[in-house]
Amino acid sequence: MRLAKRIGFWLLVAAIAAFSLLPFLYAVVTSLRAGSELFTVAYWPSRPTLSNYAAVFTQQPFGRNILNSVIVAAAVVALSLALGTMAAFAFGRIAFRGRSALLAAILAASMFPQVAVLSGLFELIRALGLYNRLPGLILADLLLTLPFTVWMLTAFMRDLPKEIEEAAMVDGAGTLTILWRIFLPMMGPATVSTGLLAFMVAWNEFLFALTFTLTDAQRTVPVAIALMTGSSAFELPWGMIMAASVVVTLPIIALVLAFQHRIVAGLTAGAIKG
Amino acid sequence: MLVAPALIVLAAIAGWPLARTIWFSFTDAELSDFSHYAFVGFANYLGRFEGDWDGVLADPVWWGALWNTLWFALISVSLETLLGLVFALVLAVRFPGRGMLRAIVLIPWAIPTVVSARMWGWMLNDQFGIVNDLLMRLGVIAEPVAWTADAGTALWAVIIVDVWKTTPFMALLILAALEMLPSDIYEAARLDGVRPLELFMRVTLPLIRPALLVAVAFRSLDALRMFDLIYVLTAGGSDTMTISSYARQQLVDFQEVGLGSAAATLVFLAIALVTVACLTANRVRTAAEETR
Repeated sequence: MRLAKRIGFWLLVAAIAAFSLLPFLYAVVTSLRAGSELFTVAYWPSRPTLSNYAAVFTQQPFGRNILNSVIVAAAVVALSLALGTMAAFAFGRIAFRGRSALLAAILAASMFPQVAVLSGLFELIRALGLYNRLPGLILADLLLTLPFTVWMLTAFMRDLPKEIEEAAMVDGAGTLTILWRIFLPMMGPATVSTGLLAFMVAWNEFLFALTFTLTDAQRTVPVAIALMTGSSAFELPWGMIMAASVVVTLPIIALVLAFQHRIVAGLTAGAIKG
Repeated sequence: MLVAPALIVLAAIAGWPLARTIWFSFTDAELSDFSHYAFVGFANYLGRFEGDWDGVLADPVWWGALWNTLWFALISVSLETLLGLVFALVLAVRFPGRGMLRAIVLIPWAIPTVVSARMWGWMLNDQFGIVNDLLMRLGVIAEPVAWTADAGTALWAVIIVDVWKTTPFMALLILAALEMLPSDIYEAARLDGVRPLELFMRVTLPLIRPALLVAVAFRSLDALRMFDLIYVLTAGGSDTMTISSYARQQLVDFQEVGLGSAAATLVFLAIALVTVACLTANRVRTAAEETR
């Protein structure tokens, strides 16, 4: 009976691991197969080749797409953290009128369906001359990252002890000095997990990137992968698509695995406290 | 004021565009030219045009999209909650290799949605897909199924991929709640010889219910505004169209800013309604528990 229970438990563990891992491994396997071999069902590449990886960089502007995504995501993270830390400091440490109403309004912004701002944002981006340009995407993506950045950093900021701040004020430090010299260093871990989540959101973003860009060279990675077509309109270049998918996914998986504990802490703080 | 910069940015990219979207929904604006349009009242929502009903609310495609969205949200959030609960219960047990499994479980969540849509699109391919091959070998189906193209299975294909991708998120939130449970209750229950299933139903489930509800509310809102997965997986066919993709199609593909904005406003209202309902339910329940 106990043995049966143990076996059952380990089968469950194996099933969960397979469920999570196998689809991605199959994408890797597919990316290593080329030519007519792709159009047979196989669970292992008989002649592994990297030709799909070469093709995605030579036949498509994929290097440029990756650069676009890096620029957009990095700028979104930097802006979200800068604006978010300032706001979180005020929300977390200073009592002022309308604080909870403002926080609620910011939380409401994170519930927004993206499509509800699409036509208004399109008009704004066009009026600013940012259509089909990366700054337009950066601006739009802030809508998705800023609310939860403020929210998460505020939650962390509240948990910091009050005594430190008081001691610094007694020593004659001003608000900005306190924020810069005392809180920022203590917020390190929280900032890393918040920044990482913001990076993933910006890296994944699809609807804005699809709507606000027009040419191949301005596309970010998700749009490039979604719209990738082959030399003929009838056949999708599955090998190339899988190679591109693996290239953009491996760094994210590496980041997530490296910062696993912080991400879990950040997600649960953001979701449950919020 | 330190809050001002963040607020100004949010007002500029959220408040203002939302207000413009709602305004455009009462006009006949077109995408090619935002400067010339006329006020048309509620005609984009529902109006008479040459003796026929016209507008989003008279469009059967809109109602199909609404039905798809609700069905998708209901089925995938239910499946994710059940699977997430199972995952979380397994991950809460101490066993060698738990850290490793915890890391592995995060992988589907880390993969960009568009990439998972493409990966599954390939696995579900009617001729060369591994899913058809496996099912045929197991004798479940006699001939290949065109999962993403067939009207009967396309929505299920989307549900499968969404469940695969977001179950880890659910599992993590539930696991966090499980780990905050006091262990002395379990000690006492073990000494009293309470059966595991009974313990789960009578102790664990009530205790993690608040966290579970928050997670379900979060996922439901996400599911109701879903766009990218279906756009890539099923190329926006009307069998799987969601309300978000309906709005975008009117707006961008048909260049009808008025109609698209009306649909987008309806999406916004629907989601706002669900949000308010969740918050109110939560508040009422908390208040009820406090007065008890």
